[in-house]
Amino acid sequence: MVQRISLAHGEGGELTHQLIQHVFLKSFGDSEQVQLDSAIVQCPTQTIAVSTDSYVVKPIFFPGGNIGKLAITGTVNDLAVCGAIPHVITAAFIIEEGFEIPKLKKVVESMAAEAKNAGVTIIAGDTKVVEKGSVDGLFINTTGIGWIQEKHRLKPEAIQEGDSVIISGTIGDHGIAILSARQEHGLLTDVESDCATLNHLIQELVEEIEGIRIMRDPTRGGLATTLVELCEDFHFIVELDEVSIPIRNDVQGACDILGFDPLYLANEGKVVLIIDPTNQHKALEIMRKNVFGQNASIIGHITSSNVDTGKLLLKTPMGTTRRLHRLTGMLLPRIC
Amino acid sequence: MVNMEIFSDPTIARHSLEAVIKLAERFKEKEGRIPIFMEVCGSHTMAFAKTGIKARLKDHIGLIAGPGCPVCVTDQKSIDAMIQLSEEPNRILCTFGDMMRVPGSKFTLMKAKTEGKDIRVVYSPLESVIIAQENPDKEVIFLGIGFETTIPILALAVREAERKELKNFTIWMTTKLVEPVLRVLLDSGEVKLDGFILPGHVSIVLGKQSYNFLAEEYEISGVITGFEPVQLLSSMYKLLELLLEKKVDIINDYTYVVKNEGNLVAQNFLKQYLEPYDEEWRGMSTIPNSGLVLKAKYAQFDAKKKFKVVIEEPRKTKCRCGEIIRGLITPEQCILFDKACSPTNPIGPCMVSTEGTCAAHYQYMREE
Repeated sequence: MVQRISLAHGEGGELTHQLIQHVFLKSFGDSEQVQLDSAIVQCPTQTIAVSTDSYVVKPIFFPGGNIGKLAITGTVNDLAVCGAIPHVITAAFIIEEGFEIPKLKKVVESMAAEAKNAGVTIIAGDTKVVEKGSVDGLFINTTGIGWIQEKHRLKPEAIQEGDSVIISGTIGDHGIAILSARQEHGLLTDVESDCATLNHLIQELVEEIEGIRIMRDPTRGGLATTLVELCEDFHFIVELDEVSIPIRNDVQGACDILGFDPLYLANEGKVVLIIDPTNQHKALEIMRKNVFGQNASIIGHITSSNVDTGKLLLKTPMGTTRRLHRLTGMLLPRIC
Repeated sequence: MVNMEIFSDPTIARHSLEAVIKLAERFKEKEGRIPIFMEVCGSHTMAFAKTGIKARLKDHIGLIAGPGCPVCVTDQKSIDAMIQLSEEPNRILCTFGDMMRVPGSKFTLMKAKTEGKDIRVVYSPLESVIIAQENPDKEVIFLGIGFETTIPILALAVREAERKELKNFTIWMTTKLVEPVLRVLLDSGEVKLDGFILPGHVSIVLGKQSYNFLAEEYEISGVITGFEPVQLLSSMYKLLELLLEKKVDIINDYTYVVKNEGNLVAQNFLKQYLEPYDEEWRGMSTIPNSGLVLKAKYAQFDAKKKFKVVIEEPRKTKCRCGEIIRGLITPEQCILFDKACSPTNPIGPCMVSTEGTCAAHYQYMREE
């Protein structure tokens, strides 16, 4: 008989205590912090980065990861691309009555493993249980805090014509992995989600390389939407070279069948950065040595800066150019 | 074995593009104007926009998107009917995803779903047969849209329901046929065309011979082609060659999938289950014998016969999808385009569909 979560697990009594002891603390580790209603954190810098995100991915388990792993990677990467060193993280769980406890354990173990990979400590948490049908299995919110490193501060204001755009690897893997896992399109692929914590790779880049202007992790909306936002927010024009953008053949094939554009599919383990071109090859070298950056490529350049309206352009293999916009109106499932 | 890679080879595509421009220039010198082609299929519309070919050729070839997107040509009344059908308890409505956001006269299937109606997106009509089997106490109704590519699958779903002896499965048939609508377009004289880029997928079912009427009765050429850049350009090149040589012909440039006689199994299947019907098209009113409905012996699977719905005439909006479908105006000439109407708030079906002309222009050709 599989043990399941009941409403009593969320009542704050004995069952809640058992759940915390046997599931959460068993994986996350016990600390003095749990004796208090808040975690007390020593802050070594003047400036901190804070990021929060909720995870509602469907299905909860997918090729290459699960909602727990994603809840750590997503928040850690959001901190890392701001040039922060992720340090501590909180985790709040909203669980549907009837959710299987062994599955919850698996999710929590993944979170613990990924936090360990990233070198972050899970310092506070919360558990709520809601009636069957009120949530879809399990939702997780994580909030992360990182230390901003003054000497490695990013300088988006320095973006200028000629700067290069680099992506750390193939695009669209996570989106296609989720679509395959949902089995809604009759889509059968071996594509695994790319979800991974990139803070060590990013830390190496900021320590070794001057001239990184800005970084983003192109999650929902994909590479195109992320770059459109950067172009508009910082008033520059990027021309991407379509043939340089790394895409797995099976991802491209799935997109062809389903009518999706990989430029708009989610990634959960990629960083896109704009960099002074004099340092682009060194950046590529560092990235390609790392397992999460082995397919890193220079995919475009800034063609104008300080313009009134930022734009993202795509040069097709034929030499034609078209403008890319934000993702619009696609019926995509819950992907993160 | 066909080497598919050559159809998207950038070098071949670049040379093809130059060759097409050269021929188009020769046509322009000779005729004093640029040639006007119509791509009938919505996937071609998307491909021309996405590859940048349409934008690159705009001064050399006029490309008009035709009425070949099944979502775009589905009449508002069908959406209204489905919404009305969903209001009764114990009913499950199934539809292709694109239809969820197509506006009816009051609201969309998506809105009906958010209000608690049981409306499900499926990727094949056969899935809705399984849903009917699993829910014997509920009526399952499938919104059957599509051209000749999709209609055989609708018939297949009926055959499955018949085999499983299901009493709770029906299809709301609102299918469309290519030939009648092309005839209406050409007979109306509203658009002056120099040639057709003919659909790839529909032609697999219909075969090359089904377009002979274009050449024989209307003296206009057509080329059946695929969806890769080189295939798109090749179709234009061949149309230009015919024009320059003053010849009229139907060319199958997609021979590895399209046969002269088409898919006879699919055609016989259609004949077995379906018969012609006067179908209503969005923006074009009713076209005689332009759709297929289930024959009388399959009436138990026909939602239009099984259920009573009272549909009022929809109110007029400023949406000009009807004219866009007929190739009379471009999306940019519609006052709503990129203002009140966008993919996140579509007013017309051409903006909703992944094959719609407005969606193609919005996603791939919008400059502002």
